[in-house]
Amino acid sequence: MPRRITQRTSKSPLSEMTQIAALRSRLERLGSAVTSQVWRLGYASRFLFYLVMHSGTALRRFRLTIAEIYFAGVLSLVIILVSGLFVGMVLALQGYETLQRFGASESLGVLVALSLVRELGPVVAGLLFASRAGSAITAEIGLMKATEQISAMEMMAVDPIARVVAPRFWGGVISMPLLAALFSAAGIFGGYLVGVQLIGVDAGAFWSQMQAAVDLRNDIMNGVIKSVVFGVAVTWISVFEGYDAVPTAEGVSRATTRTVVTSSLAILALDFVLTALMFTGGNH
Amino acid sequence: MNRSMIDLWVGIFVAVGFGALLFLALKVGNLATFSTADTYLVEAKFANIGGLKVRGPVKSAGVVVGRVTAIRFDTGSYEAVVSMTLDAHYKFPRDTTAKILTSGILGEQYIGLEAGADSKMLEAGGNLRLTQSAVVLENLISQFLFNKAAEGKDEKK
Repeated sequence: MPRRITQRTSKSPLSEMTQIAALRSRLERLGSAVTSQVWRLGYASRFLFYLVMHSGTALRRFRLTIAEIYFAGVLSLVIILVSGLFVGMVLALQGYETLQRFGASESLGVLVALSLVRELGPVVAGLLFASRAGSAITAEIGLMKATEQISAMEMMAVDPIARVVAPRFWGGVISMPLLAALFSAAGIFGGYLVGVQLIGVDAGAFWSQMQAAVDLRNDIMNGVIKSVVFGVAVTWISVFEGYDAVPTAEGVSRATTRTVVTSSLAILALDFVLTALMFTGGNH
Repeated sequence: MNRSMIDLWVGIFVAVGFGALLFLALKVGNLATFSTADTYLVEAKFANIGGLKVRGPVKSAGVVVGRVTAIRFDTGSYEAVVSMTLDAHYKFPRDTTAKILTSGILGEQYIGLEAGADSKMLEAGGNLRLTQSAVVLENLISQFLFNKAAEGKDEKK
């Protein structure tokens, strides 16, 4: 009898039960979070498949896509060119400081060109594209959903994915590689300005060493492939987040934030995977 | 902004974008020096290739005349077999020597060809029999040390 009392007071089965219940609810919440993410991924993949299957309108009425190339590509030109120029100039300044210690300042062109063409061009252009154009795409589609324009289209038997989403998707996919190429070109020009014009590295050595070291297939083509992959990833995330946004002011703002965060992470993660595939053991 | 203006700007954008790609390919990359001309394949066996890489240059008198296309290990002779393609414009005598050289002190390694005096020329699929392996720094140092040690012994006598 006294034993029973101590049991009840010190370690009651009731508190144990509530602990188990708390643990279970935590596990359930974790499980439902994971499940909803997996569900969203599946929905996003189905969305992409449907989008590609129904992009006939976007390609037949190419004007729709051209207008989106204008919004995603042309209006991003200034930020891409200016950032590229400054990135190239900083690369040249920093690279010169280090290379000059080894008496290899002529290799400045190689350093600037390889780091831009292989990595910085696609990655930084992709990040800028995600925050400049991707967020705009999400906000636009999300707002169309919030103001029930999408439902109105469905009511009029117009497929909103074919009419609204697909042109934006293809516009982004076409713009991104061109923007990345422009970023690299502007960066190399910036590197030339600082390296040759400002510091005084020999112009002939700058260009000829660059041409000897940069390979068309291994470096430039791989950079272009990277930018195409990033373009697909960023625009896919942008249009999906917009289409899937909760149709309220708060929902649209959250979707826009998610677009920028998710696409930036996707670009960096994909960049690692692609670099590992392309540039390791590439010599053999 | 009306539609034709948008078309114009998109046209400019696409043209400039492709221009940038072309600039990367021609001015930054080596498309201009990338030749699709006829080549012929020759092989050479080396006891040691050092740090030679596939796609490394093959030079003669400092001029690039070809590229290394494959490197494999021959289990029969325990030697490295290097395949290289040479530009069809450049013909070499059959007794040409192939050496593995280094450009600069820390530079990449390449194959240097020194033409011989044979009147018959190398043909496609031919072999370069006279070869000289890459210099391995460790071997060089140990040789130098042994020589020094040997000199020291002679002086004592």
